[in-house]
Amino acid sequence: MPLFSARVLVSLRPSVLDPAGEATRAAAARLGVDGVSRLRIGKAVEVELDAPDAATARQQLELLSDRLLANPVIENWTLELLDDAGAGA
Amino acid sequence: MTLGVVVFPGSNCDRDVRWAAEGCLGIRTRFLWHEERDLTGLDAVVIPGGFSYGDYLRCGAIARFAPVLQEVMAFAQRGGRVLGICNGFQVLTELGLLPGALTRNRHLHFLCEPTELTVQPGACSWLQSYGAGEVVSFPIAHGEGRYQVEPEQLRQLEDNGQVVLRYCRNPNGSVGDVAGLSNAAGNVLGLMPHPERACDATTGGVDGRRLLGSLLS
Repeated sequence: MPLFSARVLVSLRPSVLDPAGEATRAAAARLGVDGVSRLRIGKAVEVELDAPDAATARQQLELLSDRLLANPVIENWTLELLDDAGAGA
Repeated sequence: MTLGVVVFPGSNCDRDVRWAAEGCLGIRTRFLWHEERDLTGLDAVVIPGGFSYGDYLRCGAIARFAPVLQEVMAFAQRGGRVLGICNGFQVLTELGLLPGALTRNRHLHFLCEPTELTVQPGACSWLQSYGAGEVVSFPIAHGEGRYQVEPEQLRQLEDNGQVVLRYCRNPNGSVGDVAGLSNAAGNVLGLMPHPERACDATTGGVDGRRLLGSLLS
């Protein structure tokens, strides 16, 4: 079965306060990097998945993203299905 | 009367709940390991505080898929009484038994202190021993207790009388000062403060006794 690689980016929804992002933004100014007007922290999840074809891989990864990796109440997610690694065996 | 107390890897208030229920109130308890599926003979279930599965990914995100919780979900849907305390509240929102989500405290601090709460029991069976508008003191101990829900849904919860516990002085930035929520039917309660730590006079107040004690009435 082909091996698929994906990256799922999980970010807080814009309406949700990100106190950790705000604290990091404050530290950026202390580092001397001024002008950081927005800094939001999310997660990048790298996934490798065996699936019979790209459509199935995408469907499985969407389920994974929506039901486990992100909580849609507070988070958005985007899925990047990278090129079929084609490793197979 | 037997109270089930769910135990995940990383739970740390399971024995506090047992002491409050058995030691202080004489309610028999049975620990439910996270892989267990048998809830027969239980009258109510507590999902206690702690750091289930290390709080990896998000608080409660992995616990939600524990075998025992599939049974707790069915138990709640049959009208069984379920109480989620702190991490247990986070688990109940991840499970979808209660709406919304718990997020990082506004000022990032882990808060560990007594807090005053206003009770509006509504239909919540766990809170029937408290008067409407009564102020009680329960301790909080959390880093991720800021309740988050869209404003429209918050209004709906308020209109339904499901916002049963509010902070008198909001410590963490929760929308609507929400400290605890009930489901519409009133059999499921989730709250960030710890009523089980307010049951033994030797370690503080006893305002929490009536909450667990509601199982006896």
